[in-house]
Amino acid sequence: MNHLDDPGKSSLLGSDSSPALGTKTSRVPRRDFLKTSAAIGGGLCFAAYVPELAARALNNSPANDLSFAPNAFVRIAPDDSVTIIANHSERGQGSYTSLPMLLNEELEADWSKIRVEAAPVDAAYNHTVFGLQMTGGSTTTPSEWERFRKMGAMARLMLVDAAAQKWGVPASQCHVEKGAVIHGASGRKANYGSLVTAASQLKPPADIPLKDPKQFTLIGKPTRRLDTPSKINGTAQFGLDVRLPGMLVALVARPPVFGGKLVNFDASEALKIKGVRAVEQVPSGVAVVADRFWPAKLGRDKLKISWDEGDNAKLSTSQMLADFSKQSASPGAVARKTGDAVAALASAAKIITAEYDVPYLAHAMMEPLNCVVDLHSDSCEIWTGTQFETVDRANAAQVAGLSPEKVQIHTTLLGGGFGRRANPVSDFVVEAVHVAKIAKAPVKVVWTREDDLAGGWYRPMWHDRFVAGLDAAGNPVAWTHTIVGQSIAQGTLFAQYMINKEGVDSTSVEGAADILYGIPNLQVDLHTPKIGVPVQWWRSVGHSHTGFSVESFFDEVAHAGGKDPYELRRQLLANQPRMRAVLNLAAEKAGWRKPLRPERGRGIATHFSFDSYVAQVVEASVEKDGTVRVHRVVCVVDCGRVVNPDIVKAQMEGGIIFGLTAALKTEITLENGRVQQKNFHDYQMLRMFESPEIEVHIVPSELSPTGVGEPSVPPVAPALTNAIFAATGKRVRRLPIRAADLVAGSGAKS
Amino acid sequence: MTSFFLNGKPVTVDDDASTPLLWVIRDSLGLTGTKFGCGMALCGACTVHLEGAAIRSCVAPLSRASGKHVTTIEGLSLDFSHPLQRAWIEVDVPQCGYCQSGQIMSAAVLLRENPKPTDKDIDEAMSGNICRCGTYSRIRRAIHRASELAIEKRPS
Repeated sequence: MNHLDDPGKSSLLGSDSSPALGTKTSRVPRRDFLKTSAAIGGGLCFAAYVPELAARALNNSPANDLSFAPNAFVRIAPDDSVTIIANHSERGQGSYTSLPMLLNEELEADWSKIRVEAAPVDAAYNHTVFGLQMTGGSTTTPSEWERFRKMGAMARLMLVDAAAQKWGVPASQCHVEKGAVIHGASGRKANYGSLVTAASQLKPPADIPLKDPKQFTLIGKPTRRLDTPSKINGTAQFGLDVRLPGMLVALVARPPVFGGKLVNFDASEALKIKGVRAVEQVPSGVAVVADRFWPAKLGRDKLKISWDEGDNAKLSTSQMLADFSKQSASPGAVARKTGDAVAALASAAKIITAEYDVPYLAHAMMEPLNCVVDLHSDSCEIWTGTQFETVDRANAAQVAGLSPEKVQIHTTLLGGGFGRRANPVSDFVVEAVHVAKIAKAPVKVVWTREDDLAGGWYRPMWHDRFVAGLDAAGNPVAWTHTIVGQSIAQGTLFAQYMINKEGVDSTSVEGAADILYGIPNLQVDLHTPKIGVPVQWWRSVGHSHTGFSVESFFDEVAHAGGKDPYELRRQLLANQPRMRAVLNLAAEKAGWRKPLRPERGRGIATHFSFDSYVAQVVEASVEKDGTVRVHRVVCVVDCGRVVNPDIVKAQMEGGIIFGLTAALKTEITLENGRVQQKNFHDYQMLRMFESPEIEVHIVPSELSPTGVGEPSVPPVAPALTNAIFAATGKRVRRLPIRAADLVAGSGAKS
Repeated sequence: MTSFFLNGKPVTVDDDASTPLLWVIRDSLGLTGTKFGCGMALCGACTVHLEGAAIRSCVAPLSRASGKHVTTIEGLSLDFSHPLQRAWIEVDVPQCGYCQSGQIMSAAVLLRENPKPTDKDIDEAMSGNICRCGTYSRIRRAIHRASELAIEKRPS
């Protein structure tokens, strides 16, 4: 499939090698992220979404196929099967079910006939807000909410017209039902499959009205995932499962320190391993190419390499911890200023201060990174689980020395993503193209778990320093928050969209600069140290640290003022009806005021992220040896109109486990520039026996859908540490929670 | 050359006898339902049955399988007839799905040995399998459901 051959389309959208169009999206992006079309990565074009243009990006069907393909997103075959082309990758969040639900709400095909196919790379598939083909920011449903319904409606209108013309009746007298057009008066009925040739002759309608939401029959109903069957019988194809004829497998030995350079290597022992074909330098290290994974692994183990480690060999996270704390004592670039916090602090009746720390974190998707490349002089075909098709294609094209349209990306299922597979420099894709150059055959580059954990692109390490002032009644009247940590956007193509003139990366302060609590005097500022550890978005991005620090410190403020943490939140959310409703329901469902077993504590937290409102209540206890037990999590979410309630619940459940893993288990530390963690024994995941009872409640809403994949992550760590405080009187101010800080008689401050 | 039975069929491979069974199954025999997650028997994504016992194939040398029966997710049932698969569909357990082959293979041994497991039994049998998407509560529900389905299925 090559849509770029369609001259009509490229003249409208601009080919991907044309200069930027300079058009603006009419919708306001939620983040200062790719607001406009822009050229990056050597002429890569971000085209804004215009529905009529998507409609004309026609012909998504294979050559000689008789299917009806009215637009880039749906194809109906003579056998009644309906293929929906998904432009957001499936990494567990349910896009391959929710996108078809949106489209079929209007198409009304037989649900059992729906198939899903990953979209090729084409501007027609660009995100409607961000303007490039990608999956992230909890935006699949917000991006496609209108477009997919329109694409389904367009197909239905054309099928109805085709049937009406065939029968010589007005289209208005026909209706559709389960994949068939019906003329009620005459009782005539035609399956969609029988109408594909006639419908293909028709012009797309100019006006595509959508159903009144009251008529929805699919949206809002718990619907089983379409991808479940393939995921329970071994047939689901992840990137690591791709096999091509003659394909080789490669591992790359990368420097032990970020930014290290190869000095020399001795491959003589590696080349003795049966099955090892080649050992050669690539920009990221030394590639060992073999027939299969295991000889490549054995070969890599035998390499003798000398590295120039450079300045990063001095990096130490314990030193950084001290440096960050020192930096936080002075104010940084101002990200939010309301009232006069400094003056209000000076006249406050009571002042409290606290410092919080969170570590670097790896995404640790269960499927380690991998990428298959088949490179030829005039083409490059890539198979990988990616969240960033447009960027990957541009970066791969540069390395391959080809124009972007010569590079095809086949997006496979993703064995987890969490942001790692949306890499600004396409590290794992670019490296594989380099390896393909030396392999001279189709090649799959595989990362081991050790490679993954040491590979960088972490959630940044953060330090947060707070000072709050309370009035005589215990109400907070001033709040200052100084944040120290690396910028994700700095040094990438996204800096121009995400970093403002004052030097504030919006993702560094999200969840802090935009807190919903009505505190009259508020200041949030930011220090952005430059450190040679590559950092990246990690499920919930900046919110993953501000959720913890803001909601924990808020709890401290409540206790310092002698207030109930739930009541103080309620009071300060007086002008935030959606969050207040979510908070109230969480407290009610959790039985906030009901007595607990004496050893247990209850903690509450709210967090607004990705336009969604979440409140959680955690019940926890701490054993004598400091072991934390999480017994129950109650989660309430308002994410606007819900497409598939069961998927929303699953995302809340999953985000809670993800957040608890960060709260209780994981940290990436560096000494002498080396990452200390190797595998799941020292980078531990929450397991079944530690997994609490989780209860999810969704607030019904008729407002536009908002994010679901990330918003349940931020509040769970503070809800837990607030519960620990309630149970033990010990305040946890750094993650992961350490048992040693919680054993009876330990010195944790309260 | 090493021979063994894979999902009931005899197979012979020329991999070195020390090669982990995982890579023999995936790379040499082309069955990719069994997953690579850690290579150190820490995550359970590679769980298969060796003579009916759940093992981590990423650390089991090929020699261990010689002459024996190995069952992978593909051998459990391709047509979703196994009670665990039926329950997994009913509860809609998977998210990304990468770990689910291993989860189901671990659960299959649990249910065979203990047709009516308690939550504690499930914790003990399933805590070697990591799910980064956090589907644990659904896995638990699905195992209980599979237990009911298996008992219903049996002739009284």
